[in-house]
Amino acid sequence: MVSMNNVEAVRSALDQALKSDKSVVVLGEDVGVNGGVFRATDGLQKKYGKDRVIDTPLSEEGIVGMAIGLAVTGVKPVAEIQFSGFLPAAFDQIFSHAARIRSRSRGRFTCPMVIRAPAGGGIRALELHCEMPEALFAHIPGIKVVCPSTPYDTKGLLLAAIKDPDPVIFLEPMRIYRAVKQDVPEKEYTIPLGKANVIKEGTDITIITWGSMVKYTLDAVAGLDDVDAEVIDLRTIYPFDTEAIIKSVGKTGRAVVVHEAPKTSGFGAEIVATINEKALDSLDAPVLRVTGYDTALPFARLEMQFIPSKERIIKAINEVMDY
Amino acid sequence: MVKKVIGKFEVEYLQVLDEEGNADEALMPKLTGRQIKELYENMILVRTFDDKAFSMQRQGRIGSYLQVKGQEAAQVGSVYALQDKDWLFPMYRSSGALLARKQPMHLLYLYWGGDERGLKSPENVNNFPIAIPVGTQIPHAVGAAWASNLLGKKEVSLVFFGEGATSKADFHTAMNFAGVYQVPCILVCENNQWAISVPRKIQTHSETIAQKGIAYGVKGIQVDGNDIFAVYKAVKEAVDDARAGKGPALIECMTYRIGDHSTSDDAKKYRGEKEVEEWAKKDPVLRLERYMKKKKLLDEAYKKKVLENAKETVEKEVKKYEEYPAPDREDIFKYTFAEMPQQLKEQFEEFKNG
Ligand SMILES: Cc1ncc(C[n+]2csc(CCOP(=O)(O)OP(=O)(O)O)c2C)c(N)n1
Repeated sequence: MVSMNNVEAVRSALDQALKSDKSVVVLGEDVGVNGGVFRATDGLQKKYGKDRVIDTPLSEEGIVGMAIGLAVTGVKPVAEIQFSGFLPAAFDQIFSHAARIRSRSRGRFTCPMVIRAPAGGGIRALELHCEMPEALFAHIPGIKVVCPSTPYDTKGLLLAAIKDPDPVIFLEPMRIYRAVKQDVPEKEYTIPLGKANVIKEGTDITIITWGSMVKYTLDAVAGLDDVDAEVIDLRTIYPFDTEAIIKSVGKTGRAVVVHEAPKTSGFGAEIVATINEKALDSLDAPVLRVTGYDTALPFARLEMQFIPSKERIIKAINEVMDY
Repeated sequence: MVKKVIGKFEVEYLQVLDEEGNADEALMPKLTGRQIKELYENMILVRTFDDKAFSMQRQGRIGSYLQVKGQEAAQVGSVYALQDKDWLFPMYRSSGALLARKQPMHLLYLYWGGDERGLKSPENVNNFPIAIPVGTQIPHAVGAAWASNLLGKKEVSLVFFGEGATSKADFHTAMNFAGVYQVPCILVCENNQWAISVPRKIQTHSETIAQKGIAYGVKGIQVDGNDIFAVYKAVKEAVDDARAGKGPALIECMTYRIGDHSTSDDAKKYRGEKEVEEWAKKDPVLRLERYMKKKKLLDEAYKKKVLENAKETVEKEVKKYEEYPAPDREDIFKYTFAEMPQQLKEQFEEFKNG
């Protein structure tokens, strides 16, 4: 066991993957000599060489397009998009191709690749460095979307994503890149995609969240004396763990979903709909969402007015409890 | 069977001022002494603004900042060829160009302080807001120039981007449209040799950026980007041509990013001190000073005065920035649509009460 933060867990997973699978390559802008703008790939080019940890020209559409070609023919690309705000440039390649190659070729060709991208707000960064685009990608049939919150999960989920037979978008919440440390095994291990984690058990209400909101939700519920909340860290956005959600809601009868992205068509909507479809009878109150708004994410000075605050989370919990 | 050469192309390079500050009089653009002083004063103002922004970032008085240092001639020289009604499409490193284009300095500090209001262009000049995703502004500039043709106006667009941006699809599609529709757009590539840690040679295997114009039927030229006269001359000729209906131009300014990529970057991780020292000798401000001294346009007293004035302006503008009224949180909702849709209205009500 080594104590690691989330960035170190990413690096440890990549190191492991590069070591144990010769077909793995890491590619992206500034990932080689510089070791990544967040240092997620620091030292890896030195260790594995320029053909396996590759500095590319500045083109997200290029990086992802090439990665598809690499993946289909037997290289295992782990592409880094420097910030999730620059994923849209690669959207065509992800939506039109990565997601459909298996289907289009009737299984003859597949596209096992990982696209990593630092995501989310709360770090006072420049415009388009702070978005949480999980719902945009979860809406593409054929794409898996992962968003870890702890170092242990980060490493295990990233290794699982690299081994996965299909394309995975791996969103790394920047706000908690260095905010938490945890003992993480040095050896290789995986955490299955599609499995949520009940990060805090409770009996009164289920809070479903992911990414950096996990930490801030835990902080919020820790301050509640009279409510015993259960917190589910979804970990994988798609495929998501319906069973874990239904089981928990079956127990508590109440639920709140918390996410950073805008409310309308956010992934919270999918979860609420699923609860309605599968657990309506267990509900004692409507399920509420605490989310960002349907606006552009404000620049640094007003950013925290947009991202769900502790106060907003508590308010929603109380509203559901008092229903 | 026929096998023959069907095209031969040349790429021009332009330098007017050498590193010692000697001008080639035959190439010298038409500029009065007063205008040369204005260019110099603008560059000093940009550098003073830039140094201050850097130190304010270190003190936590603004957020992340991307320095102009070393690229003043490319920016100030380019926009000097524009009229106010022309359109400027800046990138995140274009603070120098924006300042020289009448963007109030305190608004620039406000922007770097993390406030949208800093991006608002004054009414009397057409400065588009800064683009953060690399290269995405290039098609907009071509589109705006196209509009100038379609609407029968005589407005020219000028867009800045780095050599890293020339790897993006946006650059190529913009160049292509610019060529096909012969729009009055000037595409200025500030080739500062580095895209964060990635050297120019990893962006493209072609010898120059300028030659990329050839493939799109767009005039391309490489200029010494630390020579303000070369920059101004090339851009001015391109602007005049564009306004006269002679189509677009790609101008590659050979320059250098003297500072780190941004205030979050440490360039020592990927480039040698020696290279930086070599380029520092080609400093655009130093070079113009040498020229002006020879031409008796600058003496120590004048130089001191210009610097003092710049510092005074910067201090005044910093104060204005720091005393600027706090942003209204309700503004978050006000600019999403002309009229708030029902869903947004509901969220706004909740937000106001929350
Ligand atoms: C589409 C996109 N990808 C990545 C980034 C992150 N990034 C910011 S600046 C930069 C390098 C840009 O280099 P260049 O175009 O040469 O301009 P310079 O910053 O050197 O002026 C990168 C990779 C971004 N802003 N936009």
